[in-house]
Amino acid sequence: MAITRDQVAHVARLARLAFTDDELDRFARQLSAILEHAEQVTELATEDVPPTSHAIPLRNVFRPDEVGECLPQEKALSIGPEIEDGRFKVPRIMEEPS
Amino acid sequence: MPEIWELPGTEIAARIKGGEVSAREVTDAHLERIESLNPEINAFITITPELARATADEVDARRSEGEQLGPLAGVPLALKDILCVDGVRTTAGSRILEQYRPPYDSTVVQRLRVAGIPIVGKANCDEFAMGSSNENSAYGPVRNPWDLERVPGGSSGGSAAAVAAAMAPLAIGTDTGGSIRQPASLSGVVGVKPTYGRVSRYGVIAFASSLDQVGTFGRTVQDAAHLLGTIAGHDPMDATSIPEPVPDYGAAMRDDIKSLRVGVVKDWMEGEGLQPGVAESIRGAVELLGKEGAQIGEVELPVFRYALSAYYLIAPAECSSNLARYDGVRQGHRAANAKDVVELNTRTRTEGFGDEVKRRIMLGTYALSAGYYDAYYGKAQQVRTLVIKEFEKAYERFDVLVGPTSPTTAFKIGERADDPLAMYLSDVFTIPTNLAGAAGLSVPCGLADDGLPVGLQILGPPLSEDLLFRVAAAYERARGPLPNPPLWGTA
Repeated sequence: MAITRDQVAHVARLARLAFTDDELDRFARQLSAILEHAEQVTELATEDVPPTSHAIPLRNVFRPDEVGECLPQEKALSIGPEIEDGRFKVPRIMEEPS
Repeated sequence: MPEIWELPGTEIAARIKGGEVSAREVTDAHLERIESLNPEINAFITITPELARATADEVDARRSEGEQLGPLAGVPLALKDILCVDGVRTTAGSRILEQYRPPYDSTVVQRLRVAGIPIVGKANCDEFAMGSSNENSAYGPVRNPWDLERVPGGSSGGSAAAVAAAMAPLAIGTDTGGSIRQPASLSGVVGVKPTYGRVSRYGVIAFASSLDQVGTFGRTVQDAAHLLGTIAGHDPMDATSIPEPVPDYGAAMRDDIKSLRVGVVKDWMEGEGLQPGVAESIRGAVELLGKEGAQIGEVELPVFRYALSAYYLIAPAECSSNLARYDGVRQGHRAANAKDVVELNTRTRTEGFGDEVKRRIMLGTYALSAGYYDAYYGKAQQVRTLVIKEFEKAYERFDVLVGPTSPTTAFKIGERADDPLAMYLSDVFTIPTNLAGAAGLSVPCGLADDGLPVGLQILGPPLSEDLLFRVAAAYERARGPLPNPPLWGTA
């Protein structure tokens, strides 16, 4: 199935990526070719076949709920691009009330 | 008398133990080699002489205090730049993490420190481990030590090239769809992709979480096996890590392979796209396994032709979710002067990610979007079940499966750069193992008629690493030494 330029633009918005017009064309072409190949999976009969999300049989991994050592807040925040009062700072999220 | 850097890691460690050479001297010899060869090969993004010397000095101190040292103590290692080291720049080959200095060590690095293995540098790789040629690194392509015009494979291309050029005897990589075995094959070294969950991924930058696995490189099977023994084992910090003891891989390698059942994957040997020179090398290797007493048979695995398609739905889907965290808020690059959060996220990601990463994020976002989930991701997960079943059926008749690691030898830099699909086809023989969470390795089996290395892939069920090492070591002994890459003696 070919993916259209408009679909590429829509998916880009979902993925928080911006593309130029040339890039939209190129990605539409390349993604269509890849999807066409990927669609071969639909040739296989898979009725009654359970999906695998984890190949190794491991389920419900628990540990005791005990307080242990962990990364101090200051160190964890040290990798952030902008920090204020022990928090990650971001630009405005909401519009200012008019 | 060979130079110290020419020796395998276990041999170097033995000499350090015996007091013939200090760990510091060994590290310095490799750092010198890196200094002279890295400008050409670009195997390292960051060289870490201080970190390496500190570990080496500690090994020398421990030795002088009479402490018992591990089998690889003092042997330098190249660490794929996707594993976190406390305070050391870790880029994942991406611009978006150009200045990222993680505040903690990955479990693998903690274990390397305990074992006294000096980390000489952070090895170049495809951005976020997405690629088969190392051309997707934001820090430039890695050049194959066998031919500087060619790729070393990827995504762990820097790790493979560092070992091939003897800039380090050991390396760590990650393998999500073949990213250890394929570069091992193209660069002429041993590369091991262990069972999913065998090595902790705590502190490993995530690509596709149901597939990613850490593994090892060496120039000998023994080096790669001992290194795996050093880093493998359960870790409470990684919920997917397998709570099973790690066998003594060294002991496993001493046994012969008489009457072991070896299945040659017929679909791979007769399929389109297999370079004739590669096929010939593989046939020669299989013959040698037969001479060593293995029972050789053939196996057909028709479902495997759908594995690549399933992988290119599953891996991008998981990547699109994992890479959502690079939003300019908590770590890494942040776009300047954004007026609101959506612009901050969008510009940060658009500036920070390279084309291949963007392609996979797009593919994954699309495959997971409303209306397509069942047709793509759901279907691919069902195919994954069929691949596992196909393996299980094959292992009723055979102990291990063998075939080529990669359909071709190393290709030219730029040759496949504009055709993502052609690039993806390099992983057609390695991907089924990742989908099944199983174990596999690549061992060099000589040079093809084009003078470039070929890798024999040996596959086994989950947790069969000891068996794979046994087969690979027996093959390696029968094969004898291989030529070194042309630049071997130049540094």
